[in-house]
Amino acid sequence: MAVCIAVIAKENYPLYIRSAPTENELKFHYMVHTSLDVVDEKISAMGKALVDQRELYLGLLYPTEDYKVYGYVTNSKVKFVMVVDSSNTALRDNEIRSMFRKLHNSYTDVMCNPFYNPGDRIQSRAFDNMVMSMMVQVC
Amino acid sequence: ITELCGAKRVGYFGPTQFYIALKLIAAAQSGLPVRIESIKCELPLPRFMMSKNDGEIRFGNPAELHGAKVQIPYLTTEKNSFKRMDDEDKQQETQSPTMSPLASPPSSPPHYQRVPLSHGYSKLRSGTEQMHPAPYEARQPLVQTEGPSSGGAGPKPLRHQASLIRSFSVERELQDNSSGYPDEPWRITAEQREYYVNQFRSLQPDPSSFISGSVAKNFFTKSKLSIPELSYIWELSDADCDGALTLPEFCAAFHLIVARKNGYPLPEGLPPTLQPEYLQAAFPKPKWECPLFDSYSETLPANQQPRDLNRIEKTSIKDMADFPVPTQDVTGDDKQVLKSTTNEALPKDVSEDPATPKDSNNLKARPRSRSYSSTSIEEAMKRGEDPPTPPPRPQKTHSRAASLDLNKVFQPSVPATKSGLLPPPPALPPRPCPSQSEQVSEADILPQLNRAPSQAAEGSPAKKDTPYSQPPSKPIRRKFRSEHQTAENHEPSTTVSGPASVATVKLHPTVQKQSSKQKKAIQTAIRKNKEANAVLARLNSELQQQLKEVHQERIALENQLEQLRPVTVL
Repeated sequence: MAVCIAVIAKENYPLYIRSAPTENELKFHYMVHTSLDVVDEKISAMGKALVDQRELYLGLLYPTEDYKVYGYVTNSKVKFVMVVDSSNTALRDNEIRSMFRKLHNSYTDVMCNPFYNPGDRIQSRAFDNMVMSMMVQVC
Repeated sequence: ITELCGAKRVGYFGPTQFYIALKLIAAAQSGLPVRIESIKCELPLPRFMMSKNDGEIRFGNPAELHGAKVQIPYLTTEKNSFKRMDDEDKQQETQSPTMSPLASPPSSPPHYQRVPLSHGYSKLRSGTEQMHPAPYEARQPLVQTEGPSSGGAGPKPLRHQASLIRSFSVERELQDNSSGYPDEPWRITAEQREYYVNQFRSLQPDPSSFISGSVAKNFFTKSKLSIPELSYIWELSDADCDGALTLPEFCAAFHLIVARKNGYPLPEGLPPTLQPEYLQAAFPKPKWECPLFDSYSETLPANQQPRDLNRIEKTSIKDMADFPVPTQDVTGDDKQVLKSTTNEALPKDVSEDPATPKDSNNLKARPRSRSYSSTSIEEAMKRGEDPPTPPPRPQKTHSRAASLDLNKVFQPSVPATKSGLLPPPPALPPRPCPSQSEQVSEADILPQLNRAPSQAAEGSPAKKDTPYSQPPSKPIRRKFRSEHQTAENHEPSTTVSGPASVATVKLHPTVQKQSSKQKKAIQTAIRKNKEANAVLARLNSELQQQLKEVHQERIALENQLEQLRPVTVL
């Protein structure tokens, strides 16, 4: 389903980035990087909006010919970016939301680990496994 | 084979039948004719294929065989003797002392208790572990079939192994969840569990409550494992991912750390024997474990490994616990300070408390919404300990001088410490003096911390505590008190703040009575106070820093707001 999933810290450096292994990873890294601009735009547009699940989910950031990029931001300004293959027809919004919710939950689990310092790269195996499961899902 | 070993005749597989049958199986597998006489030859160990698991033959198997070859001749002679004494199964069982711990399980074939068997099995395997540390990596899935291979450690163990393996293979089809049990290195022995529980208590006296993440982190960091490994161990052991460890989770984590320090690689997933449900279930039934373990560990000299494990664990714990009490107190104090400061700043937290403890008191509650998981746990601890005590508190301390309270407080509280109930008296005196607490609201931090480390001094500094901060300090104070029961009244001389001086003066007469012990206690108290001071000072500076940053953010936001306002007005 998702071909690339990235977790970006508040200062816009990646905490975790994982692509489906078959693809050219660098291309995805670039896409994620460019999507950060769009994310920032959307965040600033929200302004003083109340933090809400609906507004955590940013929706489709921008589509390219092959891929679509979705964004999600947490309360602490940690961003999740997901690149999805466009050929996967009819990936409904709800499914993307649920994937982001799972990501968010796993991310919170990683945070709960007292040995994890915020700002470190995420090396949790459980988080890894969850992400891999999301990426291999619809292959 | 069944016929040959006599099972058909007897009608069931007794121990002798087992042994004979297994030897015959080994013979058949190695191509020898299946006969009674073939038992007498030196045979490789029979290999059992795991129907459930990988179905591979253990790579440990050939390794074990080398060690086993020496003992097999002995085994064969013994089996011959067993064959002769076919009728006297029970006598045979009682004759060999090493069999005694495991005699009870095999003697009742229909009632093979998997767990005691696996315990015995695990102990047996521990004897072989010294020789073959390598198989451990594949230990988990291969456990059951490793039984036959590792059984070569000794003839007597082999016999047991044989019986155990047979029971395992028989029961494997019957009960699916037997696979996890023979996981010896991941099984916590009774000794180890006691250690873990004691360590847990040193961090957090209430065994049914949590250890917060920061406390556990400091504690486990002392084990000198690398941070990624500790992080992984945490991930494995914190099953409900709430950032805090309950007692079974703590035991699992501790056990993993100990295993890792002894060189075992960390497993991919939490072994079944370390899962919280299993550990919790195992807790109420220590009695059958202990006799098995104790007798077995005594009788089998080859059973070095768990002893080594325990010993190493003890030493490592001692290393870790070199200065556990004071430092943990200090960390506990940190939390309390955090909590007290946050509580002071946000009086509404008190109203939140009834809500949050209910959540956090449930073992699986996830305090995600709270940024301070430690705070919520603290409050849970506090609340968990509060209920019996709150009503009497305000009355006791209200108008009377604290010193009078202290004397009366200490005496009844001494027995109370052992009972595990939260002794209200020591914490309470300060509460009713709000004026005092307000005056020394800043100094509260220091006295609070001084209080906690200097257990005996808790009385006087405790007076200044805000009510909110009292309960969390109680566990630590209580613990210290049990250590310095005789020196309780002596610490006051080291207290700092003014209101305490009154109490200290009044306590001096009692102090002078035991001057010899006092000095030591005072010195330790001084040391602890100094440490606490240092920690607090550091904490204070960090908090100041944070406060500055927050202020700056606030200013920035306000600026933004002002900039935006004229725009919207237009």
